Amino acid sequence: MAKFNKKKSSELPAINTSALPDIVFMLLFFFMVATVMRENTLKIQNVLPYADQVEKLDKKDLVMYIYAGKPSERFRQSFGTEARIQLNDNFADVSDIQQFIYSERESKREELVPFLTTALKVDHETNMGLVSDIKMELRKAEALKINYTTRTGEASQNFD
Amino acid sequence: MARRSTPEVNAGSLADIAFLLLIFFLVTTTIETDSGISRKLPPMQDEEVVPPVIKEKNIFQVIVNRNNDLLVEDELMELSALREAAKAFLDNGGGVGPEACDYCEGAGDPTSSDNPIKAVIMLVNDRQTEYGTYIAVQNELVGAYNELRDRTAQRLFGKSFRQMEADFNDVRYTGNKDRLKEQLEQVRDMWPQKLSEADPKN
Repeated sequence: MAKFNKKKSSELPAINTSALPDIVFMLLFFFMVATVMRENTLKIQNVLPYADQVEKLDKKDLVMYIYAGKPSERFRQSFGTEARIQLNDNFADVSDIQQFIYSERESKREELVPFLTTALKVDHETNMGLVSDIKMELRKAEALKINYTTRTGEASQNFD
Repeated sequence: MARRSTPEVNAGSLADIAFLLLIFFLVTTTIETDSGISRKLPPMQDEEVVPPVIKEKNIFQVIVNRNNDLLVEDELMELSALREAAKAFLDNGGGVGPEACDYCEGAGDPTSSDNPIKAVIMLVNDRQTEYGTYIAVQNELVGAYNELRDRTAQRLFGKSFRQMEADFNDVRYTGNKDRLKEQLEQVRDMWPQKLSEADPKN
């Protein structure tokens, strides 16, 4: 029975990690497929208000985003604390909105233009004056479909 | 020369590379879709057009002032009571004759709205009003419409309005979508969302 009397090594055998890349690749592919790249770097505070009568905004390529809110901490020095509009990556004025809408329309295929929606991502502390100005500009540009982007929750939480 | 078998490629760092990519995608991913209250803005109008005359009793006035207080039909109101008040107004059905409303279940008060098709909710806000408050008020008003639509849809088609909308947008829905669309239109026509927003006062 000498065959079975091999000297046992006292060291632990190394763990086989050859399947590790497979697992990681699997996760990688999942995230690659599920990813939508962040389009804009926010330069403003953007705490959205709560609402519960919400509709989902599907088809992200058909949405134009307009952000508004107070400039975030590191831009306070140069831009003050008054609420401002952000289009793409830059601060903008109310008068820039029409131009923004036109250029967004330009970049989409013609048959999709009527389905474009404007998503207003506005901080909950912003004054309605600014929001009304934005809406007025959107009406002038005939971008009438809008969506007030919110978080899902009880509306009474807005008063906390 | 003796043939040597090709040496195996060292794949030990493959995991590291994959991890690097994985972390990149993890950081840049936003999985959840945005959601919010959808509205349609009124188109620009010529100055000369005379606005149609609406009877005082068919208007439900909601005013939000600069201190985020709510004034509904000249009375102070808490946000939590707004939805019921709006429902009572829309559902009133005080009209007689051709303006009667046969699907309303409200009090039938002659000093309140005639029927839901005539009833208009007017929202006035101040330029200093906070956006959060505005959204909360919008949410309650849309909620009032949704609940009334749900009620009618439940009675007519045995399904809530929101369920019907969800079915309509669902790709995997197996029922007849054309009929569903007609039914949705029917309920929408019975409870049209007439939410008018005045330009904010300073």
